[in-house]
Amino acid sequence: MMNGSSIAIAFEGAGLRLPDGRALLTELDLSIARGETLVLLGRSGSGKTTTLKLINRLLDPTEGRVLVEDKATTEWDPIRLRRRIGYVIQEVGLFPHFTIEENVAVVPRLEGWDPDRIQKRVRELLDLVGLDPARFAGRYPRELSGGQRQRVGVARALAADPPIMLLDEPFGALDPITRREIQEEFRSLQRRLGKTMVFVTHDVGEAFLLASRIALLKDGRVVLLGRPADFLASRDPEVVAFVSCLRGAAEVAAAP
Amino acid sequence: MNLWQFLSAHRAEVAQLTLEHLFLVAVSTGIAVLIGVPLGIALTRRPALSRPILGFANIMQTVPSLALFGFLIPLNIYLFHVRIIGGIGARTAIAALALYSLLPIIRNTFTGINGVDPAIREAGRGLGMTDRQLLLQVEVPLALGVIVAGIRVATVIAVGTATIAAAIDAGGLGRYIFRGLRMNDNTLILAGAVPAALLALAADFLLGAVEHSFGRGARRLNRRHAYVVLSAVVAAAAVIAVFTFHSGAARRIAVGSKDFTEQVILGEIVAQTIEARTGLPVERRFDLGGNLAHDALVAGEIDTYVEYTGTALTAILKLPPLSDAHEVFRRVKSEYAARFHVAWLEPFGFNNTFAILVRGDDAKKLGLKTISDVAKYAPKWRAGFGQDFVSRPDGYEGFVRAYGLKFAAVREMDLSLTYRALADGQVDVIAGNSTDGLIARLGLVQLEDDRRYFPPYDAVPVIREDTLRRAPEVGTALNALAGAISVDEMRRMNFAVDGDKRAPRDVAEEFLRRKKTAAGG
Repeated sequence: MMNGSSIAIAFEGAGLRLPDGRALLTELDLSIARGETLVLLGRSGSGKTTTLKLINRLLDPTEGRVLVEDKATTEWDPIRLRRRIGYVIQEVGLFPHFTIEENVAVVPRLEGWDPDRIQKRVRELLDLVGLDPARFAGRYPRELSGGQRQRVGVARALAADPPIMLLDEPFGALDPITRREIQEEFRSLQRRLGKTMVFVTHDVGEAFLLASRIALLKDGRVVLLGRPADFLASRDPEVVAFVSCLRGAAEVAAAP
Repeated sequence: MNLWQFLSAHRAEVAQLTLEHLFLVAVSTGIAVLIGVPLGIALTRRPALSRPILGFANIMQTVPSLALFGFLIPLNIYLFHVRIIGGIGARTAIAALALYSLLPIIRNTFTGINGVDPAIREAGRGLGMTDRQLLLQVEVPLALGVIVAGIRVATVIAVGTATIAAAIDAGGLGRYIFRGLRMNDNTLILAGAVPAALLALAADFLLGAVEHSFGRGARRLNRRHAYVVLSAVVAAAAVIAVFTFHSGAARRIAVGSKDFTEQVILGEIVAQTIEARTGLPVERRFDLGGNLAHDALVAGEIDTYVEYTGTALTAILKLPPLSDAHEVFRRVKSEYAARFHVAWLEPFGFNNTFAILVRGDDAKKLGLKTISDVAKYAPKWRAGFGQDFVSRPDGYEGFVRAYGLKFAAVREMDLSLTYRALADGQVDVIAGNSTDGLIARLGLVQLEDDRRYFPPYDAVPVIREDTLRRAPEVGTALNALAGAISVDEMRRMNFAVDGDKRAPRDVAEEFLRRKKTAAGG
């Protein structure tokens, strides 16, 4: 399945321009190593989600190219490509007419696994994301809380064991306490699974918690790409603005 | 007879008509679903087409049903050697009903699928579903509640609209409604309308329940179930289609009639005469509304029916009215041969025109024989005329001018009420229909149109020329009826049906038996 290169995803001068000429993303050069978690950080409309959708070919670049496992996305069959890439979005997008078990089983079923193998895998994944299969497998998404639904979303993305995971503000809609819990769990999951992950967020705390590297985007361009430590040292005003959110929270917490 | 008595006395017929009605609704809605749902889905994939296609479906809904029938009857559209559109009967009624049902089904499919949460659609695509998988596993199941709601609306509309199918001999509960309207019989109208309304309510309730079950907890469509249901629907539609569309042997003679009492009686006389004199099997396609009998004749759906010379001249050929009966007959004969390849046989002998009527005792006392005789009494007389007579070009205005009449008063009222008003002495002269059964019953006298003002409406059988070539004996048989029906005889037969509520078939049979005895003896 894997080939020699240590680069999972590469952007080479990639850009996306709308038919009306407006640029959503400009001249993006970025390599993501296998097993790395890259966090795309930025304000709303900075181009984070666009970057993510270029990877699983929900969008095609209008300039440059995007390589997944050393092959340009435009040369991949989009269906094959997407089944090798797990995808979790903020609205979760669970199918309301499917049970939890059926939701998690979507990709294995599309891939034609036999039913026993699917059932075993679903149970394994529900355990992995901390949901008791006996209690949750037969329920419908509307019967679950927001946090539980998000866990199902992660389990569904992991179902066919894809080497790459894309997560688009997966915990954005959760209350702060649940979000903290699920972030911690996700971090341990991340370590155990060792997958290549691209994670979109506007929450700088989440970025620091989960990232091996952070790419800060502004108006469709990368402002800074580096490890969390590089961030704290930067003088770029956009970086300072984000980092100050982190400090602000810490100062309030430390105040008597 | 009240409605309940009527329904229980005619249980079997009511059940039969209800079944016919259900059949029309089920088949037409089924066809509309088979066309509308895939079309609605296609529109979600090609939104640019949605405007023209929804626009077309919208326009279809506004076309009046008689106009739509008139357009569909002459068509000859075949699918695998089975005629699927055209002609009179269930086939065309189903085509029209299906066209009417398309809009709600296409629109709801389109909006239902477009209404699926974009996040869910994006999740499906991101997980690597093909467009087809996304459609069948996610979009259609989630839109099913809305789609079923559209089918429900279409079905309820179709139950109501299917009553019009009786105008082209397609059966259903509309038969009672049309018959009731013709005979001014409210019980008959209700006998059609009440079961139709109950059917509509039942369909609404059942499909509402289905809609609710899909709307609340949309379940995953098991592919096998979907295939089973789909193939059952297609198989049923195919079987029904073959049954309806493939019936009717080639050698039959189809006799038509318009949708009023006199026409049904004449249709029976023609049909029974052909049966008795040629031995050919006859198919009766009666009660065709408007000018559909003519359309059906030209389209080859029927072989013959009885037309009136004046109607043919003005309403069908759109020529100016003429007053000379021989001239009118000559004109329609040559025009029909040239334009439609339809022949006029020999006239039956009566003229169904406007009849200027007075009370019998007035006629006797004052010695009235012609309309001219009325002139000197007119300034003291009150006249009662139907709305039709007052407004027609060959009606009131020209009539009073032609005879130089000036009435003391002119009352405009419903035609059926003028007879009663004359008999009761509320008016002194009316313009009725010369063959109306009430003329004899109420002892009224028709005055002769001595100035030949009213155009002639002689009743004459018209027949397709190819039918005459194929079965010349039919022409010979019908020509034996030349001059056989007097105005007075026609009035009596009309009254036997409208007044005495006897069956047109029996009245016609009795008439023919009497003629034969008279001829023999």
